[in-house]
Amino acid sequence: MNPLRRVGTILLAMLREIFDESAYARFLSRHGLTSSVEAYAAFVREAEIVKARKPRCC
Amino acid sequence: MGVALVGTVAIATIALRRGESINAMWLVVAALCSYALGYRFYSKFLAVKLLALDSTRATPAERLENGRDFVPTNKWVVFGHHFAAIAGPGPLVGPVLAAQFGYLPGTLWILAGAVFGGCVQDFVILLFSVRRDGKSLTEMARDEIGRVGGLVAYIAVLCIIIILLGVVALIVVNALKGSPWATFTIAMTIPIALLMGIYLRRLRPGKVLEVSFLGFVLVMLAIWGGQWVAQSSSLSPYFTLAAPTLAILIIVYGFAASALPVWLLLAPRDYLSTFVKLGTIAVLALGIVILRPTLHMPALTRFVDGSGPVFAGNIFPFAFITIACGAISGFHSLISSGTTPKLISRETETRVVGYGAMAAESFVAIMATIAACVLQPGIYFAINSPAGVVGKTAQAATATISAWGFPVSVTDMTSLAQAVGEHTLLNRTGGAPAFAVGMAHIFAQSLGGKLFMAIWYHFAIMFEALFILSILDAGTRVGRFMFQEALCHLWKPLGRTSWYPSVLANSALIAGAWGYFLWQGIKDPLGGINSLWPIFGISNQLLATVAFCVATTIVIKMGKGRFAAVTLVPLAGLVAVTFTASYQKIFSANPRIGFLAHARQLATDSAALPARPPEISRLMFNDRLDAVVTGVLVVLVILIVSESALEWLRVLSGRKLARVREAPIVPSRFAAEEAS
Repeated sequence: MNPLRRVGTILLAMLREIFDESAYARFLSRHGLTSSVEAYAAFVREAEIVKARKPRCC
Repeated sequence: MGVALVGTVAIATIALRRGESINAMWLVVAALCSYALGYRFYSKFLAVKLLALDSTRATPAERLENGRDFVPTNKWVVFGHHFAAIAGPGPLVGPVLAAQFGYLPGTLWILAGAVFGGCVQDFVILLFSVRRDGKSLTEMARDEIGRVGGLVAYIAVLCIIIILLGVVALIVVNALKGSPWATFTIAMTIPIALLMGIYLRRLRPGKVLEVSFLGFVLVMLAIWGGQWVAQSSSLSPYFTLAAPTLAILIIVYGFAASALPVWLLLAPRDYLSTFVKLGTIAVLALGIVILRPTLHMPALTRFVDGSGPVFAGNIFPFAFITIACGAISGFHSLISSGTTPKLISRETETRVVGYGAMAAESFVAIMATIAACVLQPGIYFAINSPAGVVGKTAQAATATISAWGFPVSVTDMTSLAQAVGEHTLLNRTGGAPAFAVGMAHIFAQSLGGKLFMAIWYHFAIMFEALFILSILDAGTRVGRFMFQEALCHLWKPLGRTSWYPSVLANSALIAGAWGYFLWQGIKDPLGGINSLWPIFGISNQLLATVAFCVATTIVIKMGKGRFAAVTLVPLAGLVAVTFTASYQKIFSANPRIGFLAHARQLATDSAALPARPPEISRLMFNDRLDAVVTGVLVVLVILIVSESALEWLRVLSGRKLARVREAPIVPSRFAAEEAS
C-alpha cells in the first residue's frame, strides 16, 4: 500500500472509531446480525449505557 | 541537532523580541520543535528507564477482549479517539484569557507544562491503567494510596465536574447573550440533530460519518441563514435573549438531558459537535500555517503586575491555573484511565497515545494563543473586559482601555461588531467571543475576505457553543451517576439508575449545583470569569495533583524511586500553584482577587445605605461561598499529598512491602505472531 493510501485508510479508521461506526460493526459481528433498523436500535441501547458514564474533557 | 537549533532560535525570538510585532509562525515552529524533542528524547527516557514498557506483555484489550469495551485497536486509531476525547473548549478558552499578560507567559507555560507535565501525566496514568485492567484514577488512588486517596479523588472529580459545567455554561451565555444570529444557529442544531437521529435510526442505520457530514452542511446553512434572522425585525426579538433567560434555558436543558430519554437529540448532536470540532481544529491549524498572521499583542503587557481586567492576579500563580488544558489538565487523567486503556493493543503504544495526543492538544492551545494575539490589544481588552472594570458605556470602556496604552475607539468597536454581524462586542467576557473574532480575523485574510468575517465569527461561536452544550449534557449525566453511587450508601434505592424519582432528584441536584455557579457568574459585576475560572483552574489542577500522587506512589513501589523526580517535580509545581492561588483567592487584601476582601468591600460600601440591597447581600454570600469552596479544594490537596507522602515514607523506609497491584503478566499473542 502506498504511504498516501495508508494514511487515508488510517484516517478513515480513526473517524469510524470516533464516530462509533466500528463499534456498530463489532456489535453486529458479536451478535451475528446484519445492519437493520432493529439492530441499530439494539446497538444504541447498549452504547447509551456505556456512553452515559463517560466524562467529556474540558 | 537541527530541530533543537531551530527550536532554540524560535523560542529566543518569541522571548527576546520587544517593541515590534512578530509572526505567528515563530510560535508554531517553537511549539513543533519542543514537542518533537520532548517526544523523541523525554518520552523515550520515560518509556525505557522509568516505565520499562514491555511489548510482549498482553494488555487488557487483548486479555479481556469482548468486542465492546476491550478491543485491541490500531495505535493511530486510538490516538485519534483519545485526542477527540481530551480536546475540549479548555485549551481554546484558557490561553485566550491568559493572553492579557501578553503572548509570552502563556506560550512558555503551554510548552514547558505540556512537555514536562501534561504529556507525562497522560502517558504514565494511561500505562498504569493499562497494567491494571483499565482501572479508573479513583480506583488506582484507593488501591495504591489508600482510602483517603480514593475519597479525595472521588470528591475532586465531583468538584471539577460541577465547577467546570458552571464555567463553560457561563462561556456559552456570554457568547449568545444579545446575539440573535448566534442564538438562532444554536437553536437550529436541535431540529438538525433530530433529523440526523431519524436518518440514523430509520433510513441509514449506523452511517454516522455520513449523517454527521449532512448535519454539518445543514449547520452551515443555518449559520448562513442566521444573518437574515438577525436583520429581521419580526424574527430577531425571539432570538435576542438576555443572560438570565439564556442561563435558565441552559440549566433546564442540562436537567432534561440528564433526566429524560432524549437520546434522539443528544447522540446525533454529540457526533455533530465532534465532527465540527475536529474539522475546525484542522482548518485553524491549516489557516495559521498558510496565512502566517502577525501577532499584535506585545510579549508582555503591563498586566503582569496583577491588575489585569480579564482576571486579577499575577502571572504566578494565575497564568498557571488559567491555562490548564493545553499544559497540564487533571481532567485528562480521567480519560487516560477510562476508555483509552481498554483499546491499547501493545504497552509500547501508550507512548504515542498518552504523550503524543497531549502534545497535539497543547498545539491547539498554541493556536488559541495565536487567535487571541492577532487582535489589536485594544480590541482584545474591549471584548474581554467586564463592564464593572472598564465602564458600562462604549465611550467609557474605550477611554479606559486607551488610557492603559492600548488604543481603541468607539468607531473601531462599532465597525468590528458590524463586520461580524453583532450589535456590540464590548464586555463579551469568557474568551469564546475573542477567540471567535481572532479566528474570523485570520480566515478573513484569505477565505472570503472581509465579506465572510461574520460567517467565520458565527461559525466559531457555533462550534464552541455546540461543543460546550454536549459537555454540559454528558457532564450532568456523569455527575448524576456519581451522586447516585454516593447516595446509595445512605439509602439503596437512591443508587438505582432505573428508579425515576432518584434519577429526577439527582439530576436536579447536579444541574442545580452547576446552575448556581452559572447564575452567580451572570450576576457578578466583574463578569463571573474573574471569580469562577480560577476556581475551575484550581479544581482541575487538584485533579492533576491526585494523578501525580498516584503516579509517584506507583513509581516508588515499582522500585524506581531514583526516577521519581519525573512525577515529583510537576507535583511540587502543582502544589505550589494551587496553594498560592487558593491562598490569594481567599485571603488577598485586593478585592479584585480575594473573595473575603471583596465581601468586606461590599459590606463597607453598603454600610452607609439605610438598608443593604438584596443584590449586595447575595454577592457577599457568593464571595463567602467561593472562599469556602476554594478552602475545601486546598484541604483536599493537603489530604492527598500527606497521605501519599506517608505511603512513600513507609515504602522507602522498608516498613511496608513495595507491592504494586498490577494485573498478572501474560505473554502477548500479538508479539508472538509478530515474531513468527
